[in-house]
Parts: sequence; C-alpha cells; structure tokens
Amino acid sequence: MAYGVRLHIWGERACFTRPEMKVERVSYDVITPSAARGILEAIHWKPAIRWCVDRIHVLKPIRFESLRRNEVAGKLPASTVTKAMKAGRVDDVAYYVDKNRQQRAATILRDVGYVIEAHFEFTSRADESDTPGKHLDIFNRRSRQGQCFHMPCLGNREFPAAFELIETEDELPLADSQLRGERDLGYMLHDIDFANGKTPHFFRATMQDGVIKVPPFEETLA
Amino acid sequence: MSAITNRYEFVLLFDVTNGNPNGDPDAGNLPRLDPETNQGLVTDVCLKRKIRNYVALEKEEDAGYAIYMQEKAVLNQQHKKAYDAIGVEVEKGKLPKDEAKARELTAWMCRNFFDVRTFGAVMTTGVNSGQVRGPVQMAFASSIDPVVPMEISITRMAVTTDAEAEKQRGDNRTMGRKHIIPYGLYRAHGYISAKLAERTGFSDDDLDLIWRSLINMFEHDRSAARGEMSSRKLIVFKHDHPMGNAPAHVLFDSVKVERVEGEEDTPARHYSDYRVSVDAEALPAGVSVEEKL
Repeated sequence: MAYGVRLHIWGERACFTRPEMKVERVSYDVITPSAARGILEAIHWKPAIRWCVDRIHVLKPIRFESLRRNEVAGKLPASTVTKAMKAGRVDDVAYYVDKNRQQRAATILRDVGYVIEAHFEFTSRADESDTPGKHLDIFNRRSRQGQCFHMPCLGNREFPAAFELIETEDELPLADSQLRGERDLGYMLHDIDFANGKTPHFFRATMQDGVIKVPPFEETLA
Repeated sequence: MSAITNRYEFVLLFDVTNGNPNGDPDAGNLPRLDPETNQGLVTDVCLKRKIRNYVALEKEEDAGYAIYMQEKAVLNQQHKKAYDAIGVEVEKGKLPKDEAKARELTAWMCRNFFDVRTFGAVMTTGVNSGQVRGPVQMAFASSIDPVVPMEISITRMAVTTDAEAEKQRGDNRTMGRKHIIPYGLYRAHGYISAKLAERTGFSDDDLDLIWRSLINMFEHDRSAARGEMSSRKLIVFKHDHPMGNAPAHVLFDSVKVERVEGEEDTPARHYSDYRVSVDAEALPAGVSVEEKL
C-alpha cells in the first residue's frame, strides 16, 4: 500500500453488467474492481504500471432502475459474408440498422458513490525512469485538478463518473447508514486476465459496513 | 487534418412543446421518465442519432463525412470498403494479424466516417475493422423540472382493412393515442476528450460541425410525434490543457437553470419561464466559457 491512492467517484447512474445477464443488461450491486481500474486508467495509465484495486467503499444505498433502449442487434452471420466474398460483391449483404434493431432493457444503478482505494505495481515494461513517485504525482495532480485522459464512466460511457481525489490527510466520506452490517454480494467479476486469452476472474464479494475488500488478482477464481 | 488540442465540456439546453422528445419502448412509447423524480429523460443515443442525421444532411456525400451507423445502412459493406481501400484480405471475424494493417483499417474508418471519428464504433461484426473509442461522450439529458406526460386521443377518419370497415359499419374511424409533454426544458451534458481525439483524428472542423449539429439538430427532425423541439442554449467550456484544467462537475455546477421568480408553483410552459445563468466568475483558471447559442 505504499503507493496508494483514494479516489471518490460518483454519478447519477451506473451499469456494471453481470456477464451472465448481458443481453438485457443487469448491473451488479456495486462497482466491480475491473470497472474501478478502468476509471483509474482514464485518469492516468502507462504501460509501465498496473492498477490494483484494494478496497471499494460503497457510500450510497443500492438502488436499481430499469431502462429500455433501441440498440443494434449486432452480428451478421459469418456465412453470409463468406458467400458475399466468394461472389466478390457486397450488395447482397443486407444489414439494415433499423430492421436489425433490438429493444433491450437494462437494469441499472441509480445515484451511486464510491471510494476506490488502489495502488499500482510496475509491469515488465517499466524502465528506470518509472519511479513510483512520478506516477503517483501524475495521478494525484490530475485527479486533484479534474484532469483526465478521457471522461471516466460508471460501466457504460453514457454514465459519466465525477471524481475527486481524497488527500491522504482527509477523512473518507461516510457510508450511508443503510449499508451497516455484513452483506454477501455473491460471486463478482474481479477482472479479466488479458494475458491468458481474456479469462474472467471472479471473487466472493462481501460488504462489511459498506466496505468491500478486494483480494489480489492472483487469489481469484478463473 | 490535425486533431483538437483542448478538452471541452458542454451543456445543451433544449426544450419540447407539446411533443414527445424520446419515447420509452417499455412504457408504450410514453415519454421517458425518471421514476424517482418524474423528470423527463432523453437518452444519449437519441441525441447522437440526431447529430448523425444532421451531419448526414449537411455533408451529404462529402468525402470524410460518411455516417457509419446509418438508418438503412449495411454495416459490413462499410467494413469491406476499408479493407478494399488499403488492399487487405478479409479474414473472417479477426483483426488482421499484422498490427500495422489493423491500425490502417481503423484509421481509414476514422478518416472516412464522421461518427466513427466522433463517437467511436465497435466494428467487430463479420468483417472486423477493430474497435474505436471516440472523443465525444454524452450523458442522458434530463428535464429541469418534473414533467407530466399527457395522453391525447385522436381519431383517424379511415380504417386499414375491409374487415374493420365491416365491423364499424360505415362509421370508419380508428382511435389512436399520442403522448405528449406540454412543456419540458431538458439539460444534456457532454464531454470531449482531446486525447481520444488525437487517436481518431477528430479535428477543429469536426468540432465546429458538432456545435452546429447540436444547435440545429432539431430543425431537421420535425415529425408528428416530436412537437416543437429546439435547442435553446449551448454553453461550451474550453480547457487550456488537453487533459483539462478543472473537474467537469465543477464546470457543470456553474450553469444554473432556475424558474423565473414569482412563478415557482405554476407549471412551466415556455422557455421564458426559466432563467439560465453561467457563473463565469467562479470558473477555475484555465477554463474559458463560450455561449454558442
């Protein structure tokens, strides 16, 4: 935890999609470590470092809302494309957006606030110029000033995340009293192992008084 | 063309009079409502569709301004164009092994398609052209005050089928329904990342086009359902630094939309029932504000 950071994030809506319910998206109860990592990376990231989320503080009561939107249905069967390729022409590949529309519901979170506690580690791509102080400084400076590489989001890009650095000497914001006690959130996505064929890793998330301890990636279940 | 070098945020205020700005497929096309506050909602994708439509109208066949997510478009035809243009063999469902070629494909798509360059696109269908994350990001728009949708019953002086005509015996009428909001002023927030623009080549010209489309998109989206919609105010925050000089939420907080005094309890029916103010004094250093509309 030597190079730890604490970032307060919040937003009106969020959707951390459960992989088992992604056609009609249903969000997890809370932010996943991988989404939290994405938010940190939106502020500062270099190939030399890897963000590791240590703890997630849930600040607001968990509430859901449902939303249905017109979306494009997605993939065209590969066979149609192969056929068209053989024929050397593409005009038979008819794929109209408005004919190929799906109405999909999403069960999303409302009014969320979290504190992400995280630190970074160096990857094999780090060199001598990559001192912990440098990256920590960049992150702190950017998050203090509201700077970011791109606007971080709460699961989907249409749900932007406001963020604020919690300085080392400052207290954490208080969690809502409804979150007192222990709650088992079941198995949750930890992150995806991109080095090994994009294998998802899960962990058993328990929330104690609003705080979820995130195990190191190595201790998770593939 | 070189990419933009400043980060931007914007607040767009638009209103609807006797219309339905965005129907909810879950609620029989009733205007979308936030169930907790009864504020009206318009999704990000709804607004992005209108931007695309505006750009398609303004730029028609201009090179570099094709629209990828077209109504009546053939997605994979577009991908194929990219492959053809740089002479790569199409390999089903995969990015070309050669990373440079893959980049070339994506770059070609960005160069030719305005919406790919602006909003990004996932091009992983049948013929794969990679995935692009665009610089322009929008959030849901919600109305300033709670809105009350009304159901208007209408009649049509004809029926569709003979059978219906039989049934109605010379009284050839069908009843229909329209859902409208008498008045609603909506506020949308948007973000433009200079760093992502760098990767897709989103230029200053494109930025101007975005402003134009935000201002004019409703002028070309008239229909029976929409009623009267118009963009009322477009406030743009420009950061000196590409990464930004201030948190977005601080900037958004400086834009206040209030009811005009003395009429607090009456329903708003016109834009003049609201007062919009930007607290320019409170803006952090390095951020300039501009009212484009």
